Amino acid sequence: MNELLELTTTRNNPHVDPFMAMWEWQIPVYLFLGGLVAGMMIISGYFIFSGRHKESNCACFSIPFISLVFLSLGMFALFLDLAHKPYVWRLYTTFQIKSPMSWGAWILILVYPALIANIMMKPSLWMLRLYPKLSLWSGKVNQHPFFIKIIGISNMILGMMLGAYTGVLLSSMGSRPLWNTSLLWVLFLVSGLSAAAAFVHLFAKNKAESELLAKADNGFLVVELFVFVMIFLGFLSSARPHIEAAQLLLTGPYAPTFWVFVIGLGIVIPLIIQLLAVNHKIRHTAIAPIMVIVGGLVLRFIIVSAGQYSHWFNAHFH
Amino acid sequence: MNSISRRRFLKISGATVVTAAALAGASKTVVKAAESYSKPKGLQIIPSYCDLCFWKCGLLAYVKDGELWKLEGNPKDPLSNGRLCPRGTGGIGAYFDKDRLKSPLIRKNLRGEEKWIEVTWDEAFNYIADKMNKIKGQYGPEAMALFSHGIGGNFFKHLMRAYGTPNETAPSFAQCRGPREVGFELTFGDIVGSPERTDIENAKCIVLIGSHLGENMHNTQVQEFSRAVEKHASIIVVDPRFSVAASKAKYYLPIKPGTDMALLLAWMSVIVNEKLYDVEYVNKHGFGFEKFASEVSHYTPEWAYVETGIDPDIIRETAREMARYKPATLVHPGRHVTWYGDDAQRSRAIALLNALLGSWGRKGGFYIPYSFSIPKYPYPPYPEEKETVHNPDNKYPFATGEQISTGIREATITGKPYPIKGWFIYGTNLLQALPNQSETIKAIQNLDLMVVVDVVPSEIACWADVVLPESVYLERYDDLNASPFKEGFVGIRQPVIDSPNDQKPNWWMAKKLAEKLGLGHYFPWKDIEEYLDTRLKSAGLSLDELKKEGIIKGPSKPIYLEDGAEIEFATPSGKIEFYSTQLEQSGSDPVPKYTKHPEPPAGYFRLLFGRAPVHTFSKTQSNALLRDLFPENELWVNSDLAQRYGIKTGDKIKLKNQDGVISDPIKVRATERIRQDCVYMVHGFGQKSRQLRSTYKVGASDAELVTQYKTDPLMGGTGMNVNFVTFEMEV
Amino acid sequence: MPRYGMVIDTLKCVGCSDCVIACKTENNIPEGYNRDWIVTEARGKFPTINMEIRTERCNHCSETPCVSCCPTGASHIHDVGGVVLVDHEKCIGCKACVEACPYDARYIHPDGYADKCTFCIHRVEKGLKPACVEVCPTYCMHFGDLDDPNSEVSKLLQSRKWHVNLPDAGTKPNIFYLV
Ligand SMILES: Nc1nc2c(c(=O)[nH]1)N[C@H]1C(S)=C(S)[C@@H](COP(=O)(O)OP(=O)(O)OC[C@H]3O[C@@H](n4cnc5c(=O)[nH]c(N)nc54)[C@H](O)[C@@H]3O)O[C@H]1N2
Ligand SMILES: Nc1nc2c(c(=O)[nH]1)N[C@H]1C(S)=C(S)[C@@H](COP(=O)(O)OP(=O)(O)OC[C@H]3O[C@@H](n4cnc5c(=O)[nH]c(N)nc54)[C@H](O)[C@@H]3O)O[C@H]1N2
Ligand code: SF4
Ligand code: SF4
Ligand code: SF4
Ligand code: SF4
Ligand code: SF4
Ligand SMILES: [Mo]
Repeated sequence: MNELLELTTTRNNPHVDPFMAMWEWQIPVYLFLGGLVAGMMIISGYFIFSGRHKESNCACFSIPFISLVFLSLGMFALFLDLAHKPYVWRLYTTFQIKSPMSWGAWILILVYPALIANIMMKPSLWMLRLYPKLSLWSGKVNQHPFFIKIIGISNMILGMMLGAYTGVLLSSMGSRPLWNTSLLWVLFLVSGLSAAAAFVHLFAKNKAESELLAKADNGFLVVELFVFVMIFLGFLSSARPHIEAAQLLLTGPYAPTFWVFVIGLGIVIPLIIQLLAVNHKIRHTAIAPIMVIVGGLVLRFIIVSAGQYSHWFNAHFH
Repeated sequence: MNSISRRRFLKISGATVVTAAALAGASKTVVKAAESYSKPKGLQIIPSYCDLCFWKCGLLAYVKDGELWKLEGNPKDPLSNGRLCPRGTGGIGAYFDKDRLKSPLIRKNLRGEEKWIEVTWDEAFNYIADKMNKIKGQYGPEAMALFSHGIGGNFFKHLMRAYGTPNETAPSFAQCRGPREVGFELTFGDIVGSPERTDIENAKCIVLIGSHLGENMHNTQVQEFSRAVEKHASIIVVDPRFSVAASKAKYYLPIKPGTDMALLLAWMSVIVNEKLYDVEYVNKHGFGFEKFASEVSHYTPEWAYVETGIDPDIIRETAREMARYKPATLVHPGRHVTWYGDDAQRSRAIALLNALLGSWGRKGGFYIPYSFSIPKYPYPPYPEEKETVHNPDNKYPFATGEQISTGIREATITGKPYPIKGWFIYGTNLLQALPNQSETIKAIQNLDLMVVVDVVPSEIACWADVVLPESVYLERYDDLNASPFKEGFVGIRQPVIDSPNDQKPNWWMAKKLAEKLGLGHYFPWKDIEEYLDTRLKSAGLSLDELKKEGIIKGPSKPIYLEDGAEIEFATPSGKIEFYSTQLEQSGSDPVPKYTKHPEPPAGYFRLLFGRAPVHTFSKTQSNALLRDLFPENELWVNSDLAQRYGIKTGDKIKLKNQDGVISDPIKVRATERIRQDCVYMVHGFGQKSRQLRSTYKVGASDAELVTQYKTDPLMGGTGMNVNFVTFEMEV
Repeated sequence: MPRYGMVIDTLKCVGCSDCVIACKTENNIPEGYNRDWIVTEARGKFPTINMEIRTERCNHCSETPCVSCCPTGASHIHDVGGVVLVDHEKCIGCKACVEACPYDARYIHPDGYADKCTFCIHRVEKGLKPACVEVCPTYCMHFGDLDDPNSEVSKLLQSRKWHVNLPDAGTKPNIFYLV
């Protein structure tokens, strides 16, 4: 066949043409906050599970409320994205087993009680002032170590589900080659974990936890790099649309942002800084964690935007 | 090329910023005005016929709860077979057009300044009648001229004849199909007519010489063309641009613009020299064949190659291809043929090629049309008329049938052979339709009265003294349509919805104005229904039935020679004139000869133009439905050429023509689908009427760049493909 | 149970957009939006050019990512003919289905819901053809039951060469293009 030289279409639907741009800032922000909260829930759950909650300054007491706020902000962003807002309740009159978004909606319904239960372990003073009754409830929760274990485990599990779901939401879209990888949920989960570790590190009061989080974050960053390599290898050994999708990030229009903000400033440099810090070559500062967090946010933006840009388009033009 | 750069090629023919003014929204505003009286509930389906172009397809209008919903073709209609073309389907947009004229206007300041006083109909008619009476008194009635395009002008034609002027014209002759009709009439003694008598459907070989069917959406032709494609007709397309039709062709001949005559002569020489013509037909019907044959036989394909750039082997092959399928080979006569000023001769060459193939009067060639004959209304006789003004001293000896519009314009400028002081303009946008806008404006400045009847504030309306707002076709009755066709039929245009404001139909205007002019007795009918009823009754039909059916067919007749149809060659010899003594006597070439036309100087490109399927000339750009599909025209530039000039698809550039006229910015479309010595755009854009807000200066106007034109010495047609443009980058 | 589909003859289509305009008036599509559209593909170098013109719309696929991703069940497969529809009353405008369609066949209607071609099911259920099919002046569009071997569409598919759009996207589209 001759080279395709001209392709014209009369279609001109808003946010669909000349390329898909339906999802704007709200979705990446939601995905990022969801991933961050997921990571924080896993960390908090792990701390509880591993008995760290016996330390009174354990991060597991500050994480759940922050998560609650972030998650609500994320959901608000998602709500802002809806074009038919008055109908949002329709999400909860049905469960669509094949729809990741339906799963997500219901997971969120479970996440809130888990976070609240976590909060109940040690409500802040201002909460107690507002609702004195909370002390009673909190007492009840703390009476049973069994409850505490459940809280830890449920936060970890729901955190995993939440984190994975943010990736599955996109990877289920076979329509956009860039999202079309079964590793996307791993990427988002690890990235969420690393951002959460970095974030918790920023406010952790417990020295040992801080150190642990920094080390864990280094681990997450290494895994994240590895997942990236796997994803790209997968794409590059696949069909044209997938190769071209990978090229969008590697060499194409999204490459500068990708290499500089996601890989460079978001993973490699903070990894080096934190490696030096955990080996006590330099002091811990907020710089590396902030870079990781920003990197995580940029990652969501770039994946959503480049993903929408990627297309099956060429598949029948050989 | 990777996917991204490919995606960049995605050309979106629409503005990226979306104006989400739903059509539904538009309908609401219009409906409000009419809400005072109660609307019929439920669905009404009312037949009428289309006016988005002059083909006049039968339609069915769907009106739901009193609101106009959609238009479909009338299945009874032989022209459309129940399927309208995209413009016809989008016709409701004419009703909803936000830029419509709402009330009569009289000019406040200088001509062309677009400052108006809204007046009542009575005031408008008084003003016009007063001026017309003055003109009649001072210069005689013949100092009024009527420019009228379309069937809606019939009652104004009647009015002007009653008033006493013989001067009436339309841009559909000297700017459109005039040369073709003259070329065919000189050869066969009859014109091709509209709708064209081409039997495309049954043709086994179809030759399209710049007829871009599929972009040119004349409904029947496109429908028949697609049927021919389905039946694997052999299609030969000759066009400097790879048209839509070219993509369906077996042979695409990328001819150098302006050299078609060379190709035609070479084709004829092959057919004559190889004795491939229909010998029996030529012997029986031909006149002067020997002289013709000896003359054309010199034009070898090799000679033609030098002129046209077309491979001589392909010329031979295509000539034989045509001969193989004769007489079911149709060399399409084209329609808009005013290209280079020798167009009547080129059309005659096409007629002669068809004559060789024996296709005139034959199935798959040119059928013999007939119409449902319906007597005219019995009007009183018109006053005696003066000589017309368009063709003094018979300068253009074969300007027959219709008058030369530019001739009337010329007389208006010079005052010779006698002055023209009033223009009455109906349904034609002379600034877009006539070549050389400055001459048109110069003529307008000489007028004592200029009246424009239009539906929107068009470019020509800008220059008027009085603008009369007409109801769109969906809101009015017009005269009956009984076009000559394969079947005899009569179609009715009737109102399907009320006019939203103070717009009025043409018949009402003509009658009222006649009364003001003291010519009321020329309009003896009470209203148009009475007029139509009278005409229909005299043909044994009833208005009520026609209103219900939309179309009534007449008894059928044979349309091919082989089926026993009668043919008459109304030429001096009574035969097909291969050699034309008429032409010889007038000092012209009795057998067509090749004229070399000037080529663009270095750095310049020939400006070509044509149709987009969803637009009609300059009259649909403000129709929101159609505009949505094709909001602005683009400049087709060969991709290699574009690369050399560093311009790419989507860039906006201006064009400068050989006379220094600079166009509005137009988007580039770099494409492999055109030669490097020409550029192409869709006609009708770049309009300069500020009141036509939706389309003001959108895209570029080819008409503005057509400052040069070459007048056909036989009939006064204005060849307009003779302008050269260069790119002005700084935009 | 029928499986509705279209068979479109690209050799006959002239890209006139009549089908688009008919859809707009029939279904009251707002200005600036299209349920169907024309694609022109030209390959080659002047003057040797190969050009395909075709009219496109939702393919009413047999595998429907747009339906399975929908969190509310608004996107669904109609009881008749496997036609893919959106229930405006259930749609929350989350855009997932718009993203999920490899053909970009959907858009968000200004009123907030996801919208696309319905195969004019309101007409089809009355025994009429879809508006775009009914209007096409080149008669290049055919609509019918792909599962009925005697239908016009099935016969055309048997007798001519065809392709579908983006076969690799795995959606099993039900619009076929004759070449
Ligand atoms: N440069 C250039 N010039 C050309 C051509 C070209 O391609 N390029 N084409 C030539 C050809 S082939 C032709 S046939 C002519 C066509 O020339 P015209 O017939 O003049 O065509 P339009 O430019 O569409 O102008 C039609 C006018 O009628 C108005 N109108 C529309 N509907 C109605 C109605 O219902 N009532 C009234 N009263 N008015 C109405 C429109 O608003 C518009 O102002 O142009 C010729 N001139
Ligand atoms: N959609 C739509 N359809 C219409 C109309 C409309 O306004 N809109 N108008 C109708 C009317 S009144 C007319 S007259 C017709 C006009 O339509 P046609 O008679 O079919 O075409 P033209 O406008 O003469 O010419 C346009 C074509 O001629 C080619 N061409 C230009 N120069 C040359 C040349 O030197 N040699 C050759 N061989 N080809 C050349 C151009 O590339 C282009 O493809 O369309 C009719 N149909
Ligand atoms: S060809 Fe199209 S615009 Fe012209 S009358 Fe027929 S339907 Fe109307
Ligand atoms: S109406 Fe028919 S010919 Fe015109 S673009 Fe649509 S499918 Fe093609
Ligand atoms: S074309 Fe797109 S919207 Fe239509 S059924 Fe297929 S995937 Fe769904
Ligand atoms: S936009 Fe509407 S139809 Fe589409 S997935 Fe969301 S809820 Fe379903
Ligand atoms: S089938 Fe109906 S809804 Fe679908 S594109 Fe055709 S006209 Fe529009
Ligand atoms: Mo014309």
